[in-house]
Amino acid sequence: MEATYNYKVVRQFAIMTVVWGIVGMLVGVLIAAQLIWPDITLQLPWLSYGRLRPLHTNAVIFAFGGCGLFAASLYSVQRTCQTRLLSDGLASFVFWGWQLIILSAAVSFVLGITSGKEYAELEWPIDLMIAVVWIAYAILFFGTIIKRKTQHIYVSNWFFGAYIVTITLLHVVNNLELPWILGGSTSLFGIFKSYPVYAGVQDAMVQWWYGHNAVGFFLTTAFLGMMYYFVPKQAGRPIFSYRLSVVHFWSLNFIYMWAGPHHLLYSALPDWAQSLGMVFSLMLIAPSWGGMMNGIMTLSGAWHKLRTDPILKFLITSLSFYGMSTFEGPMMSVKTVNALSHFTEWTVGHVHSGALGWVAMVTIGSMYYLIPRLFGREEMYSTRLINVHFWWSTIGVVLYIASMWIAGVAQGLMWRATNADGTLTYSFAQSVNAMYPFWTIRLVGGTMFFLGMLIMAYNVWKTVAMGKAVNDAAIPQAVHA
Amino acid sequence: MEILYMLIPISVILVGLIALLLLWAVKHGQFEDMEGPAHRILLDDDSPVIPTTEEERDAKK
Repeated sequence: MEATYNYKVVRQFAIMTVVWGIVGMLVGVLIAAQLIWPDITLQLPWLSYGRLRPLHTNAVIFAFGGCGLFAASLYSVQRTCQTRLLSDGLASFVFWGWQLIILSAAVSFVLGITSGKEYAELEWPIDLMIAVVWIAYAILFFGTIIKRKTQHIYVSNWFFGAYIVTITLLHVVNNLELPWILGGSTSLFGIFKSYPVYAGVQDAMVQWWYGHNAVGFFLTTAFLGMMYYFVPKQAGRPIFSYRLSVVHFWSLNFIYMWAGPHHLLYSALPDWAQSLGMVFSLMLIAPSWGGMMNGIMTLSGAWHKLRTDPILKFLITSLSFYGMSTFEGPMMSVKTVNALSHFTEWTVGHVHSGALGWVAMVTIGSMYYLIPRLFGREEMYSTRLINVHFWWSTIGVVLYIASMWIAGVAQGLMWRATNADGTLTYSFAQSVNAMYPFWTIRLVGGTMFFLGMLIMAYNVWKTVAMGKAVNDAAIPQAVHA
Repeated sequence: MEILYMLIPISVILVGLIALLLLWAVKHGQFEDMEGPAHRILLDDDSPVIPTTEEERDAKK
């Protein structure tokens, strides 16, 4: 057993990445359609926008993105440390525990059980489950690093390690809450209700300290770990500068923690704290762009590979979107820009250029690399279909973000327009009315991205049918002369 | 803004821990070789162990 890698848990997570990707994006398409046709779900309370929206965000971030990260980290930590995972039992526990959390989340959101904190809507029983599974994951990951057979810890493991540690801290601090049953609730649903220990602006500060660091460490640091392993592997070339990747890691970790207040500009938060958030956000351009360049320049001297390899197209395009959204983000955190962009569709566009363009595309590329190997195949069933998927996704993202940019700026300008006598030029309803064409283009873009996932699912299905599941892969042994 | 009495110490402690980790990594020679590790992951051959059959290879051509 010790001479093999545990591929079983990687395979389970890789397959579920595709499944949850489809589910999460389908819900996204549905709520995008609800904005245009509010009665599309027949006014059923379980399918109302307010309940489906957190279902969408949690499903794509923690179910799709989460499973992708579990698969990528548990695979690359074994390969780079040349050792099997610490424990098979713990690995199964993490997999089944995470799936149970996802299902409980889906049911509770549809029933309207929510703590109302963005990206942390889950109520306390599920929060506790997450904490337990996450600590098991930490033991599994760091335990594997400790028993490694190599002296050096490859840079992707550092990124994954930082993500595991910080998510533990963020999750625990942000979800400190008192269950209502302690206050003597007698209603059935009261069992699940809790209130945060913080109130008012204190709660807002903790929430966005969490919220932005979740973006920083879940959606950035962790996926950079994925990038630093899978881009060089797929390109067949070493990372452009290993030294830069190390500098990237440490600089990112030293300055990320305090960007959160940029979500609370022009709020009750003290001015100096707002400015602090803005300054830290601006500083983040440096490490972010260093990392992006490092990834893209890995192809330097081998650009021709982009012509024939759609998996590389996914990975390199994801880095371009990463560069774009890490420029856009700091720009939007500048107070004067934020005065226009805040609460508009621009924010939605920005999030999706990161979430679809960067996170989803780097995950999709990595899964196309990983899945054939987990089923004993050289490559996916059809490379042509990967290429079709790539173009559907790319055009989908571009339609999505371009429409949201225009919509957001239009919205912001309409809201601030005043007549000579100081009255507002437009009513709020007029600005809503102006959104319909853009919401429609967004729906088209989002649907294209979703259809691309269905193409992926078909391709994966055929690959799985042709291959044979590998549970334990041999660890290549060094030859002693 | 009493919350800052909690959040700032958390950040300071965290930055301290990151600094300690960096010192550990430097002392244990993690950054001695800034070229080798990048090449080493490529030397790890992770191509599938199950060979494709002859017919499949012919069908692909």
